[in-house]
Amino acid sequence: MAIATVVEQQKGTEETALITGSEAIAVACKLADVDVITAYPIRPYDTVMQYICKLVANGEMDCEYIVAEGEHSQFEIVKHASAAGARVFCGSSGVGWMYAMEALTVTPALRIPMIAMVGNRALDDPGAFGVEHNDALAVRDLGWQLVWVDNAQEALDTALIAYRVAEDRRIFLPCAISCDGAFLTHSQAVVKIPSQEQVNKFLPRYNRGDLLLHPDNPITVAPQGNEDWVMEIRRQNYAAIERSYGVIKEAYAEFEKIFGRSYGNPFFEEYMTSDADIVLMGMGTLSTPVKVAIRKMRDEGKKVGFVRMRWFRPFAAEDLAKCLSRFKAVGVIDRDYSMGSPYNSGVLATEVRTALYCGSGAKPPVLGFIAGLGGREVTVPDVEKITASVQQAAQGKTQPLTQWIGLRE
Amino acid sequence: MATVVKHDPTQALDPFKSVKKLPLEEYFTSGHRTCQGCESALLMKLMAKAAGPRTIVLGSTGCMYVANTTYYSTSWVVPWMHTQLGSSGSAALGTAAALKVLMRKGKMKNEPINVIAFCGDGGGADMGISGISATLTHPDYNCLILMYDNESYANTDIQLSGSTPWGANTTFSTPGKVKRIMHHRWKKNMAGMMAAGHPECKYVSTISMSYGLHAMNSMRKALAIGGPTFVHSLDPCPKGWDYDPYLSHEIGELAVNTGVWPLYEIENGVLRLTGRTQQIAAGKIRRQPVRDYLTKQGRFAHFTADDTDYFQSKIDEMWTKWLYPGVIPFRKEIEADSAPAE
Ligand SMILES: Cc1ncc(C[n+]2csc(CCOP(=O)(O)OP(=O)(O)O)c2C)c(N)n1
Ligand code: SF4
Ligand SMILES: [Mg+2]
Repeated sequence: MAIATVVEQQKGTEETALITGSEAIAVACKLADVDVITAYPIRPYDTVMQYICKLVANGEMDCEYIVAEGEHSQFEIVKHASAAGARVFCGSSGVGWMYAMEALTVTPALRIPMIAMVGNRALDDPGAFGVEHNDALAVRDLGWQLVWVDNAQEALDTALIAYRVAEDRRIFLPCAISCDGAFLTHSQAVVKIPSQEQVNKFLPRYNRGDLLLHPDNPITVAPQGNEDWVMEIRRQNYAAIERSYGVIKEAYAEFEKIFGRSYGNPFFEEYMTSDADIVLMGMGTLSTPVKVAIRKMRDEGKKVGFVRMRWFRPFAAEDLAKCLSRFKAVGVIDRDYSMGSPYNSGVLATEVRTALYCGSGAKPPVLGFIAGLGGREVTVPDVEKITASVQQAAQGKTQPLTQWIGLRE
Repeated sequence: MATVVKHDPTQALDPFKSVKKLPLEEYFTSGHRTCQGCESALLMKLMAKAAGPRTIVLGSTGCMYVANTTYYSTSWVVPWMHTQLGSSGSAALGTAAALKVLMRKGKMKNEPINVIAFCGDGGGADMGISGISATLTHPDYNCLILMYDNESYANTDIQLSGSTPWGANTTFSTPGKVKRIMHHRWKKNMAGMMAAGHPECKYVSTISMSYGLHAMNSMRKALAIGGPTFVHSLDPCPKGWDYDPYLSHEIGELAVNTGVWPLYEIENGVLRLTGRTQQIAAGKIRRQPVRDYLTKQGRFAHFTADDTDYFQSKIDEMWTKWLYPGVIPFRKEIEADSAPAE
């Protein structure tokens, strides 16, 4: 591995390397034999493209590696490459992702299985390099599959899973893998790198099939639909993302068989929930301070657990409602904002409330917490403060539905 | 010297010798709903004929999307895909890149396939200019960007673009009681800009549907030469220019004969005036007054004699003062340039 420090060799199949989240995704692209990749600079996601550049320059990867002149073009180029049959990869952060918004809109509408990495970053203004989730969340209604990972191993594995799911003919929808800026994009961890044989077994070739744009298949793609047909086409796309729930499950099961690593429930991770009275929720690397705080509070006898959402789209509402109905109160920590939304909560809190409201089980109170914006650290005392409020709610005491944590008074 | 660019072969597309030698097959046929007399629709038809069956066409939003590809009644026989208004450059690049890598890796049968992305003047000269410019700097992808210039955002009801001529009446530049001229910017020199700004681009040309054979052969050259190329067609539009559809062909000729629309090609860095433009430059035929062109079109009906004179003076300047008449608007010395009084 030219880009990774090889730590040890394991059984001749898997290598172990010390790499960042961005490097992990670059390695996944190499293993997936991606055909067309487009880059444009913006921190912090751009590290993935720097690693890919080295892989190409060192002859470790054969792809068209194109540096675009803006994110709109960056995403449009791979969109078209995918329509012509190529496996593609792209990515961005913050306002870069927003600059590509038109392309991001049409990509799922055209049933393009693009895989993108979002190095989550606060949107301007004011400028900030740190993490916020509003960039990736901006496409949540458009047909993108959205997944948040919290460590480099999960980043690599999820990228392989994402290709398998997105390129499944039952789905043909894009998938964005969110990696928290700096906390994951730039921090190293020891990662098991699967062998090429394993990946080839897991990941079939991309086959555009009857939708391939080629002289042998002279179709017209995306003609004017208007009121005549647009509704039926939208319904088909809904059906695809509805199917995605099952296809994701299949992919994780198959992943476990081939790679021997299990993620349990693909959609969310439960941490110390089996005997918990209350749980906290969140996405991405927030899990690190939350898990540390939970271990500390457990020592103090507080029965707190954590539910980390992985897949935000599709949203496993029924499973989540069933899970959360076991607890007396839920505290959702959003690293995002949704101004003017119900109760002025964050995006995740609002969706969790929706999921619970229509679920069949008990409906514990859901408190929303907005924290860690612009990359601000969420500390162990912050988590303890959140927990104290959720405990009050569990005892039936009224608490504000949205609280800002770690804010200067 | 290290070879860093890997060129792939293109199709051999020799010039059509005459109208009688044209293939009978059409690849852009019935099913479209463009206006009667639409020269852009004619361009689509001749482009498809010039390129032949082993072609992929990408089309950006505009009349040539909206009117040509109604669901279930597409007019395209070759594979066709919509691209976003400002994405013609990216559509060409992405498609060409996919073909190149899939053929190299043996994932697709190896053969030269034409890639053509078209855009209107709004989608090309305004919104998509940065993407087109980027594509023209990629020497390793074979593709043609074809800009059909009907001199307005036609599909959205005729609004002015950076390609609309000075003074023209559009729905965003309607003459009023106090301001007669609401559009006082001169038309962008798109083809000249693409040629001058992209030294690696091997072929740039201007064409007109009034000279169909010349136009088809120009597009064939653009496809066969290798690398990214750019062709700019001036397309009279009866709706936007406000004239009787039967005049389309004649107005296209007048644009060339009055010197408003010079025909030229830049092939491997060598500039050549073509068609009637070449004859005008050689003094074989006289440039007609622009009045003959302007007065045929309702979009200039509000022009005073002063306005017409100003228009004429700008065209004269293009022919007498530009470093290369009609192509490169640099002058050796700068002179005062005054618009007529309001
Ligand atoms: C991003 C975006 N902005 C605006 C539009 C609305 N729009 C649709 S067609 C069109 C006109 C395009 O003009 P041009 O490229 O000159 O093509 P024409 O309609 O003249 O054929 C516009 C502005 C759009 N489709 N996309
Ligand atoms: S408005 Fe002009 S460009 Fe559009 S279809 Fe009609 S004639 Fe053609
Ligand atoms: Mg136009």
